[in-house]
Amino acid sequence: MSSIPPPSSQKEDFLCIKCEQALVLRKVNASYLGSSFQVDLLCCPSCGFVYVPEALALGKMLQVEQALEDK
Amino acid sequence: MDSQQVKLWESRCIEEAPPACNAACPVHLDVRGMAELIAKGDIKAAYALFCRFIPFPGIIGHLCDHPCETACRRSEAGEAIRIHELERMLSASCMEPPPLRRGRAVEKKRVAVVGGGLSGLTVAADLIVKGHHVVVYETKPELFSRLRSLTALPSSAIEADLLRFENTGIEFLCNRKPDIAMLAEEFDAVYLGIGPQPMPVLAGLVKLTNDDRIQAAPLTLASSHAKIFAGGSHRYDGNYSPIASLYDGRSAALSIERVLQGASLTANRENQGSQPTRLYVNIARHAPLSAIQPATPAQGYTLAEAQREAARCFPCHCLECVKVCPYLEHYGAYPKRYIREIYNNETIVMGARKSNRMIDSCTLCGLCAEVCPEQLGMGEVCLSARQGMVEKGRMPISHHDFALRDLEFSRSEAFAFASHQPGHTESAAVFYPGCQLAGSSPEHVEKIYAHLCQKIEGGVGLMLGCCGAPAQWAARTDLFNATRAEFHSAWSALGKPTIISACSSCYRMFTDHYANVAVEALWTTLERIGLPDHALLKSHPLAIHDPCTTRHETAVHQSIRRLAAQCGVDLIELDGPERTSCCGFGGLAAFANPTVADKIIDQRIAQSTADYLTYCAMCRDNFARRGKNSVHILDLLYPSKNALPRSDPGFSARQESRGRLKKRLQRDLWGKDLHESLPEIDIIISAEVHADLEKKLILLDDIRQTLLHAERSGEKLLDKKNGHMIACHRPLRITYWVEYTVEKNSYLVHRAYSHRMELEMVP
Repeated sequence: MSSIPPPSSQKEDFLCIKCEQALVLRKVNASYLGSSFQVDLLCCPSCGFVYVPEALALGKMLQVEQALEDK
Repeated sequence: MDSQQVKLWESRCIEEAPPACNAACPVHLDVRGMAELIAKGDIKAAYALFCRFIPFPGIIGHLCDHPCETACRRSEAGEAIRIHELERMLSASCMEPPPLRRGRAVEKKRVAVVGGGLSGLTVAADLIVKGHHVVVYETKPELFSRLRSLTALPSSAIEADLLRFENTGIEFLCNRKPDIAMLAEEFDAVYLGIGPQPMPVLAGLVKLTNDDRIQAAPLTLASSHAKIFAGGSHRYDGNYSPIASLYDGRSAALSIERVLQGASLTANRENQGSQPTRLYVNIARHAPLSAIQPATPAQGYTLAEAQREAARCFPCHCLECVKVCPYLEHYGAYPKRYIREIYNNETIVMGARKSNRMIDSCTLCGLCAEVCPEQLGMGEVCLSARQGMVEKGRMPISHHDFALRDLEFSRSEAFAFASHQPGHTESAAVFYPGCQLAGSSPEHVEKIYAHLCQKIEGGVGLMLGCCGAPAQWAARTDLFNATRAEFHSAWSALGKPTIISACSSCYRMFTDHYANVAVEALWTTLERIGLPDHALLKSHPLAIHDPCTTRHETAVHQSIRRLAAQCGVDLIELDGPERTSCCGFGGLAAFANPTVADKIIDQRIAQSTADYLTYCAMCRDNFARRGKNSVHILDLLYPSKNALPRSDPGFSARQESRGRLKKRLQRDLWGKDLHESLPEIDIIISAEVHADLEKKLILLDDIRQTLLHAERSGEKLLDKKNGHMIACHRPLRITYWVEYTVEKNSYLVHRAYSHRMELEMVP
C-alpha cells in the first residue's frame, strides 16, 4: 500500500470541515485481521481524520485485505 | 475434511483415466498426446513422445499390430483413428531416434539377455538406462534376425533403431549360444527372449509347461528360478505380436530392476498391460468422420494427410461437468485436481490459502453431479471445505459478510413476522413467501396471500423471515441453527401448520434440513385451489428456467408447467428441469466471485432467444440484471399494466421492500400503526451510480447512515477541486465513504466505496 503515495497535487485539495484545516500527509497505522503496518496518507493534522481515496480502497488496499484473509 | 472421503471423491472423477487407445496399448503409449502434436503439425515433438515410450520406433512404427485402433472411440463416430499409419508417418519422416542414455545405478548389477529380438532388446534398452551392465547373447549373426525377413520393414528402420544403442556400453555377443545355467550363476539376473521354440533342455533349471516352454508368471515374467525371467514370442505360441513382445521386455525389465533392488515383484502393477478404461467419453457430442485416405497407400500418409487424420481424434476426455459449468471451467482444471487443491488448501501449514475463493465460488447447484457418469458433485466437496474453513476460523470474512448481514436483516424485527390470519386463532396452513420474493415483488406477496386466505379454509397464517439458506451455504452452522430455532419457535406458536413456500431455496431448506416440517410449494397449492381471477390468459412463448434448488422436484416442475399452460404460455424447454443451472445466487457464489456468477448467468440466458419464465425471485432478478427479459410465474398470475419488462431491483431495494412490506401488511391486515424509526433524508442517486453501488454491495441504507453520521458529527471533508463533500462512517466492520453535494434539501450522491482495513493517524 505504501507503494501508492497520494499525488502531491492532492495535498492542498482537501479540507477538514470540522477543523477547517487542509489535509496533510501523515503516517497512518493500517490494520486488518490482527496484522498492521504503516503507510502515508492524507490526514487532518488536528482531528486525525484519515482520507482514503477510492483508487486506494478498491486497489492496493483491497488486495492487501484479501491476501490477509487468505493467510 | 476427512482424507479418506477426499480420496473417495478423487477416485470418482475419471478425467485422469487413460483414453481407450492408451489403455489398450500394452505399453500405454500416449496416443492422445501424440495425435494432438501431429494435428498441430509438431512432428518433432510427436516423434520424441513416441520414442519415449517405444525403444524401437522404426520397427514398431512399421510393424505394430495396433490394439489401440480396435479400442479407439472414434470408431463409434465414423472410423477409428489410423494410429498405426500416424506412427508409420512419424518413423518414416524422422529416421533418427534419439540415442539411449546410459543411466547411473546406485548399485550397478550385471544382467544377461539371451535373444536379440524385440523382447530381449527392450529389456536391454530399459535396463541400460537404469545404469546396469547388460550383455546380449544372440545365436544368429545379427540382432533382430527374424524381423529382417519381413518385407513390411525396411532394413534402414532396423539400423536406425539399433543406432540408439551406440555408446551405451551394452555388450552384444552374436553367434553365441550360452549355457543358461552358467549365466544364472555368473549374472545377477537373466532374461530369456529365445523365440517360440520349446526348450526341453532347461527342464533341470526352470519349471516348464506341458509343451516344454518356460513357465513365466503372466504379470512379472518370473520363472521358477529366482534370477531367470522369460517372455517374448516364447510365450505366444505362433501368434506373433511385436507390441506384445516389446511389452514382455518392458515388464521383465521392471521385474529384474525390482529383484535387483530387493523390492516387491508384484506391488502396484495393476495398471500394467492392455486394459479397459473408466474414462467416459460422450460420443454423441461428435459428428461422425471417416478416416483420411492416403493418396498413395503404399507410401502411407504425407505430413498433411497425417495432420488431418490426427485432427479427427476427439481427443477423448470426460469433462462432462466442466463443459456445462462455467465455474468449473473458470479455474482451468477438473474435479480431481480441484479436490486435491481444496484438500491442500485446508491442510497447508504455511503460506496463502489460494483456493479459498475457488471453494466459495461454487453455486452448490448440483448440475455437475447430474451430468457426471459417477455422480460426483463438487457442491458436496466445496460445502465440506467451507465447513472446515469456518471451524478453523479461516473463512475469509468478506466472501459472505454481505449476504449474512442481509440474513440478519431478515431475521430481525425489521422483517421477521408470524401471525395467524387476521380474525383467526388457528392456521390450517401458513404462507412463507421467503425473503427474496418479498424483496423483489412485495406486491405479489400481498396479492397471493389474499388469494390463499380467500381460498383455503381454516385460516392461512403468514410468516416472514429467512429460512437460513445463506447461513447453510456459508457453512455457518451456528447461524443456521439459530435461524432454524427461531423459525421453529414462531411456527410452533402457530400450531405447526403446513408451510406453503413460494421460494425454491426455502423449499429446499425445509425439505432437507427442517425435521417434521410439512412443506408444499405454492405452485402445487395454486393448482389445487385455482388461479386468481385476473391471471393472464395468453402470453408469447417463454423459455422455462427451473431454479436449481428444485432440480429433482418433479411434482413442482409439473405444477409450474400446468400453471403456465393455464396462463396460455407456450413453454420452450431448455435442457429440462434436471439439467437446469444456477442463477449465480446459490451457494453465495455471486458474493464471493461475481465474475464467475455472471458467467454462469450469461451462459444460461444465452440458451434461448425467448424471454424466460421462472419461479425463483433471485433467478428472475439476476437474469434481468444481465439483460434478459424474464418473468416470475407470479407476473403471469398478476399481470402488470406496465408493458415494460421488470428490471432488477437490486440488493438495496429488495431489503427496503422487505421492511416496507412487513409494515404495510401489519398496518393493512393486522391494523397496527407503525411509525418510521429512521429520520428520512432525501437521497438522489443516478442509475449509473446505483448500478455501481450494487456491484460494490453498498446499500442505500449504508449511504444514509454515512450521510447522517457526517451531518450529525460534522466529520467530513471538502474536495476543493470539485466542491464535493466526503463523508466517512464505520458502523461495524466496514468503512463506507460517500462523496456528495447538498442540493436544496437533497443529497446528490456522486460515488461511494468501502474498505475493511482500519486506519488511524499515528499521533
